[in-house]
This record gives sequence, C-alpha cells and structure tokens, in this order.
Amino acid sequence: MATYQLNINGQRKEVTTDASTPLLWVLRDDLKMTGTKYGCGISVCGACTVHVAGVATRSCVLPVSLIGERPVVTIEAIAQDPVGRVVQDAWVSEDVVQCGYCQSGQIMSAVALLKHTPKPTDANIEESMGGNICRCGTYVRIRQAIKTAARQAK
Amino acid sequence: MRTRAVHLLCAISFLLPAVAFALTQAGQNNAKKPSASVTRSEGLAAWQQVYSVLTHPRCINCHTATNYPQQGDDRRRHFANVVRGPEGKGVPALNCATCHQESNADSTGVPGGHNWNLAPLSMRWQDTNDKPLSNAAVCRALIDRLKNHNLDGPGLLKHHEEEALVHWAWNPGRRADGTMRTPPTITHAQFVEATRRWVEAGTPCP
Repeated sequence: MATYQLNINGQRKEVTTDASTPLLWVLRDDLKMTGTKYGCGISVCGACTVHVAGVATRSCVLPVSLIGERPVVTIEAIAQDPVGRVVQDAWVSEDVVQCGYCQSGQIMSAVALLKHTPKPTDANIEESMGGNICRCGTYVRIRQAIKTAARQAK
Repeated sequence: MRTRAVHLLCAISFLLPAVAFALTQAGQNNAKKPSASVTRSEGLAAWQQVYSVLTHPRCINCHTATNYPQQGDDRRRHFANVVRGPEGKGVPALNCATCHQESNADSTGVPGGHNWNLAPLSMRWQDTNDKPLSNAAVCRALIDRLKNHNLDGPGLLKHHEEEALVHWAWNPGRRADGTMRTPPTITHAQFVEATRRWVEAGTPCP
C-alpha cells in the first residue's frame, strides 16, 4: 500500500491503495465517483474513459502508480469544459442515450476528438470513436451528436 | 633559441602529413568504409542475427505496412479498432497513449515505454498481407537514408543501442494473464554487437 496525491477534476485527492490498483477503482471505490463505468476491464470497450493530461485514457488499465502529477478529468467535471458542455447538450438534443451505460465513456472520447479535431469528418469520427462500444447500438446518434456539437462549439 | 625553433618546425613538418592521414582515415570510417577486421561474409552473418530481432513480434508488430499495429506472438491485428493515425500514434480519443504508458503496466497487462508509437511506413518490415519481408528487403530498407530518418551505419548502431522502444523488446513486461511476453532470441548486448559487426563490415545486404 502507498499513498498517492492525485489531481482529479482540479481538486487534490489523497488515496492510500496498492500501486497496481487501476484508476477506475480508485475513482469508483475510493473516491465514490461512479460516473466512470466498468465495462470490460481490459481496455476493449471504452466505458471507463477519462482524460489524463488531456489524453483520452482507459482508466481500467492505468495503475494509480503511473499517473504521477498528470491531471485527471472525469465525466463528473466535463460540463465545466466548454467543449464538454456543448457535447453533453448535443447528447441531450440528439437523444443519444438508450441504456446509458457506455455513454460517459462515449462523451469523454467525443470531447477528446473535438478538442483536437473541431470539424471531424465521418472517417475521423469512426476512427476516433471506434474503441468505444455501445451494446444498444446508438452509433448513428453518437455520430450525429458529434456533428451537432462540432457545429455549436465555438 | 633559433635551434629549438628549427627543431619544432621539422617536427611539425613530419607530423602534419601523419595527422592529415589519420583524419582522412577517420573520415572514411565515418563514411561506412568496410572495416578490414570484419569481412563481408561475417557482416552478412551478423546481419542475419539483426534480422532475427527486427522480425521478432516484439519489434515487427509495430513495423507494419498497414493502417494498424499488431499484437501478440501470433501478430494478430491490434484489438479495439486501433489505427495508425497521421503520426503513428493513433488518432484523437484512441491514441497509443490511451492505454500505453511510459512503462509496462504489469498489473493490467498493458505494455508501455517512452513515446509508444508505430514505426513510419517507410520502415515497414512486412507486406500488406502482414508477411515479414525478406532479409534482403529489410536490409535495403534499413540502410536507405531516405527511409530511415537519414541514419548512417553509426546512427543505426546508436539507435539499436539507445532507443527506448528497442530496449523495451528485452523488457516487454507481463501479459494480462501474468505470463511474461517473449523477448527476442538473442540478448540486447548480442543484438548491439551483431549490429556493430554488420556496420563495421559496411552494412552489407544479402
């Protein structure tokens, strides 16, 4: 066990846990931030996506000991980001969500895409979102919402 | 005083040609002139060892000719629809760094190293059907300075000696099931020594 000082959503958080504990479980179990979802646990589905130093990152395979000083942003704080706010609004206006389980990861990936590529093509969307799986098959609405967000983002 | 000056001038006049000769020899060595101590056949034998490493899954999995990396000893396509991206580091929201960190994450089975990325297409060591290229083709690609970031023989040797992702091949970490990934069949020291002999032989290709 070791103690880690983490920067989560702009706040300093101290957790004492095993070095090998994935960030996902630090968020969910230690910090009670359950917006980030457990899907596969092997970085295949994307449900656990958060931002680490601005990079969309699979928190289920990131040991807490490898985070260091890098700031972490989770779905709980994404509305504080201008692009994140627009994406969430687009998700609502396009009525993307069905069961909703994968959607926090979908939104975190969509925000990462739009921050780097403000006007993505269909190919950009398919490549960037290709690692986020939706069992309900909301892919068409996800793509539409990303396009809507791209139009509305300043 | 005058005698000492004459002696000094004589010494310089003798030394200058020797210094010039030595500098010329050094310049020729830097220009990949074959070393007299390593024959072409010895160089080709050394190349065969180098080739065995370059085409090992730990190396060739990221020297693909396609739009995606591979993984595993069976060199299957990387999962999760990972693609090459414009700089060989994936695409936004699905970068290499989305999973791969600066070091191996043994507890979760994700390999990692500094600047994890795909080699450029100019350094592909397999065809578009994912078959390794012949040792002659890989050799020619490796010494083509238009394809290899303008590295000469010593530059290639330095790359093999120092590049973090080259070193990673001998410290590839554990798979998700806890077993160790397979390193190349020769040690890093043997790989570097084989590269050195191949370079000293003038980087001959089969």
